[in-house]
Amino acid sequence: MVNYGFMTIYWRDMIRFVRFKTLLISSLIQPALWMAFFGIAMSASFDRLGASIPPIPGVPEVQYLTFMAAGVIAMTTLFTSLFGGIVLLFDKNWGLMREIMASPLPRDHIIFGIALSGMTKSFIQVMIVMIFGLLIGVSFFAGYTIAHTVVALLGIMLFVGMFSIGFLFFSAAISISMDTPEGLQGIITLLSMPIFFASNALYPVSAFPPVLQAISTVNPLSQLVNGVRYFAIGDNFTTMGIHYVYTPADILLSFTVLGIFAISMFGVAWWRFKSAVVT
Amino acid sequence: MSTSIIEVEGLEHQYGDFKAVNGISFTVGKGEIFSFLGPNGAGKSTAINILITLLKLQKGEACIAGYDVRTEAEKVRESIGIVFQEVTLDRDMTVWEILEFHGRLYGMTRPDRKERIAEILELVKLGGQKDMLVKKLSGGMKRRLEIGRGLMTRPIVLFLDEPTIGLDPQTRMRMWDYIRTVNDEGTTIFLTTHYMDEADNLSDRINIIDHGKIIASGKPWELKNELGQDLVYLETSDNPRARSIITDLVSISGVSDKGKGILITTNDDGTKILPLIIEEIRNSGISVITVNLKKPSMDDVFVHFTGRELRDDKPGKSPATFRRR
Ligand SMILES: Nc1ncnc2c1ncn2[C@@H]1O[C@H](COP(=O)(O)OP(=O)(O)OP(=O)(O)O)[C@@H](O)[C@H]1O
Ligand SMILES: [Mg+2]
Repeated sequence: MVNYGFMTIYWRDMIRFVRFKTLLISSLIQPALWMAFFGIAMSASFDRLGASIPPIPGVPEVQYLTFMAAGVIAMTTLFTSLFGGIVLLFDKNWGLMREIMASPLPRDHIIFGIALSGMTKSFIQVMIVMIFGLLIGVSFFAGYTIAHTVVALLGIMLFVGMFSIGFLFFSAAISISMDTPEGLQGIITLLSMPIFFASNALYPVSAFPPVLQAISTVNPLSQLVNGVRYFAIGDNFTTMGIHYVYTPADILLSFTVLGIFAISMFGVAWWRFKSAVVT
Repeated sequence: MSTSIIEVEGLEHQYGDFKAVNGISFTVGKGEIFSFLGPNGAGKSTAINILITLLKLQKGEACIAGYDVRTEAEKVRESIGIVFQEVTLDRDMTVWEILEFHGRLYGMTRPDRKERIAEILELVKLGGQKDMLVKKLSGGMKRRLEIGRGLMTRPIVLFLDEPTIGLDPQTRMRMWDYIRTVNDEGTTIFLTTHYMDEADNLSDRINIIDHGKIIASGKPWELKNELGQDLVYLETSDNPRARSIITDLVSISGVSDKGKGILITTNDDGTKILPLIIEEIRNSGISVITVNLKKPSMDDVFVHFTGRELRDDKPGKSPATFRRR
């Protein structure tokens, strides 16, 4: 028998996702709000900044709003994934985890199930950010054919999926080890700030001091942003006078980094689950 | 009862420095209703948690349905059903979803689940609540749902940790009937309780457990017989003196203080001994205030073995019926 046990965990988590209407709606609206307020407010000033620098002939110039949209996608995915494991903590505290832990379901399926549902939620949010972004003037997929757009979407989802799964494994690992949601919240807040700010999500990295630049290049969030920009904007563009060029090798490398990150986080989660005692 | 389904030898469990289970050995035969009767903190849940593989087996041996709890945890899990002491139902799922989720967890096929869920809903009389959220069920309905869920996978052994805690008397009786029905169908039942009447009514075999040890074990009537045939309770104007007078009478196996009076265990027909006792006491100038003659109850058995004063332990009163000493 092929074991699809993780689908059981997935199924239950999705039931809850659609059942809690306020949670569902806020998780759908929140990324759009980020996009709207943050994007529109910041882009006005950043675009004025970039206007003083002469454009490079033959290289398309991209508005800050478009540049930043990739960052909002990445950020949304980051937060959703970091918090994705918290359901495990609630299950543990409400005593619901015992049923699962005492069942024959292998423990890695709990991890996979939660990762899969978290990934699904991220996909939905990313779609919303993109649709909303296009409505308010983000020029993603500009000049793409339909086939090209489909490929680009798949590419983006591949990056989002790989990125979110890594952070979901991480989140699951912490959740199963912690006793209170507050503790988890503390750790996530502590981590999400540096991950977010030491990345290329909102600003060009070239403005950072060297140490931050180095962190930013290995930061998984930067890898995701690279992937999204490559697929949604293109491999050669300027923003605020900075010239961005992505080669397929760059993108492959970014994806590989995300893959390695995900595998190591699975290792951590697996280790935490194996030694977890839930009574 | 020829073959044993659960075999436990020298089970111990320690939380830090504290020994919650302190060397327990027993076997449960196929088709038995086997119970642990003990006060709060006796180590009942801890023992169950080890057997159902939620707690690591620290010391001793345990075998369930032929599988080693230590090395074949997954096989053990497939063979058992569990009803936990605390509610483990997701309040925001429907009755049907709870059962469907459980069936899936245990790898039941879709047709199998469909059939079983219908049967279980019928059995625990929750067919009408199929699509109701758990948070809208009454406490008794929730407990029934949990018991039904524990049975869904047709386990060889069903573990019930305090199955009727917090239920009203009628619901308890129905629960007992229900547990017996399940047992009649061939499921071996391991049950813990701190209700005397529950242990007395349901069990084929009772183990009185206290401070992590089994201190007495046997069929309910065997345990009661250990206390002799009849119990006489007396209140007199001078209990200590009355006690010393009675102790030497024939057919009396023991005298102890109980509440405002003394409790006498006899090993002959109490109706014949009682007049003699009263006469002896009167002759010494002590007046008898109250007399009560009865067959030993599980309560008396419990006091006898634990040496602990019993409180009224009927459901509906304070749940913390026992106190640790
Ligand atoms: N996780 C734990 N850590 C430390 N001590 C524990 C833990 N769980 C239980 N104990 C202690 O172990 C002892 C036995 O607890 P257990 O839950 O097995 O008792 P019980 O017989 O089931 O009692 P009750 O009737 O109240 O359910 C108690 O003294 C309890 O305080
Ligand atoms: Mg208990």
